[in-house]
Amino acid sequence: MSTTYRFTLNGKAAEVEGPPMARLLDVLRRDLGLTGSKEGCGEGECGACTVLLDNEAVCSCLVPLFQVEGASITTVEGLAPEDKVTELQRVFANEGGAQCGACTPGMMVTLKALLDRHPKPTRDQIREYVSGTLCRCTGYERIFRAVEVLTGQRAAEGEPAAPGGEVSRT
Amino acid sequence: MDQLNAVGRSVLRPDGLAKVTGRALYLDDLPENGCWHGTTVRSPHASALILSVDSSAVSDPEVRVLTAKDVGARNSVHLIHDDWPILADGRVNHVGEPIALVAAPTLARAQAAAKAIKVAWEAQTPVLELDAALRGDPRTGGRLNVLAKCDVQRGDVDAGFGEAEVIVEGWYTTGHQEHVYIEPHGVIATPALGEGGAFLGVDVVGSLQCPFYVHQALTHLFDLAGDAIRVRQSVTGGGFGGKEDYPDMIAAHASLLARACGKAVKIVYERQEDIIATTKRHPSRVRHRTGVKRDGTLVAMDIDVLLDGGAYITLSPVVLSRSVLHAAGAYSCPNVRIRGRVLATNTPPNGAFRGFGAPQSLFAVERQMDKVARTLGLDPFEARIRNAYRQGDITPTGQVLKESVSAVAVLERAKTATRFAERFAANEAARAGRKDDGRPLHGIGLSVFWHGSGFTGNGERRMMSKGAVRLRPDLKIEVLSSSTDFGQGTESVFRQIVADASGVTLDDVVVHVPDTAAVPDSGPTVASRTVMVVGRLLARAGAKLAETLRAFAAHQSGTAPAAVVLSHGFFETERGRTPFAEVAKRYVTLHGPLDAEATFEPTPGSTFDEATYQGDAYAAYGWGANVVEVEVDPDTFITRLTKLTTVSDVGHVVHPVMCAGQVEGGTLQALGWGYLEEMKMKDGRFLNDRMQTYLIPTMADAPDMETILLENPTTHGPFGAKGVGELPMDGGAPALLQAIENATGIALSAIPATPERIFEASRARKRS
Repeated sequence: MSTTYRFTLNGKAAEVEGPPMARLLDVLRRDLGLTGSKEGCGEGECGACTVLLDNEAVCSCLVPLFQVEGASITTVEGLAPEDKVTELQRVFANEGGAQCGACTPGMMVTLKALLDRHPKPTRDQIREYVSGTLCRCTGYERIFRAVEVLTGQRAAEGEPAAPGGEVSRT
Repeated sequence: MDQLNAVGRSVLRPDGLAKVTGRALYLDDLPENGCWHGTTVRSPHASALILSVDSSAVSDPEVRVLTAKDVGARNSVHLIHDDWPILADGRVNHVGEPIALVAAPTLARAQAAAKAIKVAWEAQTPVLELDAALRGDPRTGGRLNVLAKCDVQRGDVDAGFGEAEVIVEGWYTTGHQEHVYIEPHGVIATPALGEGGAFLGVDVVGSLQCPFYVHQALTHLFDLAGDAIRVRQSVTGGGFGGKEDYPDMIAAHASLLARACGKAVKIVYERQEDIIATTKRHPSRVRHRTGVKRDGTLVAMDIDVLLDGGAYITLSPVVLSRSVLHAAGAYSCPNVRIRGRVLATNTPPNGAFRGFGAPQSLFAVERQMDKVARTLGLDPFEARIRNAYRQGDITPTGQVLKESVSAVAVLERAKTATRFAERFAANEAARAGRKDDGRPLHGIGLSVFWHGSGFTGNGERRMMSKGAVRLRPDLKIEVLSSSTDFGQGTESVFRQIVADASGVTLDDVVVHVPDTAAVPDSGPTVASRTVMVVGRLLARAGAKLAETLRAFAAHQSGTAPAAVVLSHGFFETERGRTPFAEVAKRYVTLHGPLDAEATFEPTPGSTFDEATYQGDAYAAYGWGANVVEVEVDPDTFITRLTKLTTVSDVGHVVHPVMCAGQVEGGTLQALGWGYLEEMKMKDGRFLNDRMQTYLIPTMADAPDMETILLENPTTHGPFGAKGVGELPMDGGAPALLQAIENATGIALSAIPATPERIFEASRARKRS
């Protein structure tokens, strides 16, 4: 009962064969090797698996494969070209938005959707839009602040990334 | 290390960009390379005899099934006492206890086989909570089933009560708390096989806090030499203590399966299994009897701390010890008696959770101080500041607080930052004159607390941790320790500390992933010890490495070693400066890599007597004050957090943004425990074993936060730094309950302060 589904994934044409009720999260992680989206609860509560489906933030653990036919999907891997980061990602990392990082991919995708709708969001707008993506580490304050720094509502506290900033876990 | 170059800066964390781009590989993201999948058969009973385990209905020929008889003689998780079975043998003591393990080439096949396993039970009467435990346990012949005891005494408590002008009594209760790290437990175990498939050892990679705990558990289980077992940490999506003890269990399960099938085996828990099976925060019941003078001065404190340990001992003795040692709060009192007990119940074992017993006993003492204040007509600030520790004061264990004491400073700063006294009084006045018009009630609440950094008592002396650094051929200085980063920023702060201790730049320092085959045992990543204890070891190792290189540079240039300084990445002499890399390159070309190591050194003159529980309980303490502001709906009793102000002294701050992040995240966890997070249980089974029903704070619940860091350095940590991880868990709940009381006039002594609980208390008040 496998069917072929065609959709746009991170800006490129994609084709996947699978059962219609396969979870999009599993298709992304297991079939397509895109492990950025995480499974935190498997029931649409934590938001760690959030992706954009036609520019709407959705929990990919709740999306059946048949629903993506003809749609456009953006995962955390598709937010910036390979080896690059968006300004949101850079500021988020600098301002302490990520601690353990397990919610971060979903948070990045959700915040992109928020900023597409509200380019200079208030805290209450952030609260309303992002409350479906749970973080257990930060208490959310540094996530609010990262958005406020990015949108010019607050001065940065973290240092800008050093050139070549990232150090690998060797 | 004349001037700080890296410490004190909010630099980009090394894993930051990998995390925001989704490139960081957590356990379940690692390539599987054909590994098999494991799953676990668990008990549906809280207390039962296992009559038989029958896997004859498993039809899949490739599947492997293991039960207790396959574990071998050492069927226990090797923690403090060997009482926690890896697979239940003959009886179960809690719902979710593992009975059998199944491995198959796919997870679906393993799960199908697990469903076909039939267990025959004889159910027994379980002991499900502290009330029942206090009536006696059938497993111990109806007597109290005490898992751990801890008593502390100072002065003459009975004489103290004789001097008291007022005596106040209270009971305080807290419930289970689930960690809810966003990444559930997961591990991959790869067997090392010899001739004929003989099992030689195992390589484990997992989401964990303490690689050497897992290493110790596996060498014990398999009775193998240390080098037969290798444990590495994968990028870990949160821990909060929950990945301190339980990884020993899941690693043992995966390793047993790997041994049985000769294949790498992966076990990853789904959320529901994670909540059902893993350890929780100990529920508590604390009784206070407090003698005071009319001006609020404490003269006697008599405290009983009772913790629900769950089915097995796990880490309960040390959790109790920390609970008891923090139970009198951040207050000086000449006569103190604290009795601590952990009782067994037929619920999943309670274990490590950020704060480790201290949040429970600090909740109780802070609410008791509120009761004292109310009884005497003092405001909460006045009652606290009068008794808060000053430098030179003596704790219940007889420890003289010689340095870095900030109880008064954090209280004063919290008061001025929030105009606490005026606003508390204004809310009290508003409530008195209020008409019931349905508008929200406003409340403000304050707490003060302390938290010992590092292991309790002789823990550090016993462990004698090591930390090391290595100058590699690529001229990077590599940090070698077993301290894990599960979000706190360990990698970043270690780079900063080592850079400044050696005199190089941040870019010269990299961190080795914790791996028992490659790093020394610097102890577990727990107990707010990473920065203060292990950071100090690494600073000493870094300074040693720099000393060798300075001597080398001096020898090369014909000057005296004392005339060479390594600072900010340059060797400086009177004649000029040479880049670090240039000298380092010459060194490794001639001599190869350079290693330097440091071992824990106890503070001279500091002692702790474990028999009498007298002496220096902790080398240093962090200090905190929280002010929580709330709105309470007068009809639904729903509480909304509107503002959180924290004042913390954790010594010299290594990384301000990450330090604030620890404080903010920990405090919201504490507030969640205070009003939202409730594990409901029926017949020993958690009813809300999913994220849909076990609620943690979302962004919609998060208040705006003001985070104030005072820096009162200690001589015990690198550059004056103390521990920060657990302190923020300690003061949120009592400040929140005081704020609810300030808003509603309802004084709760139990958490979480759910609308139902406030409503019940309100009805009880109306009835009386």
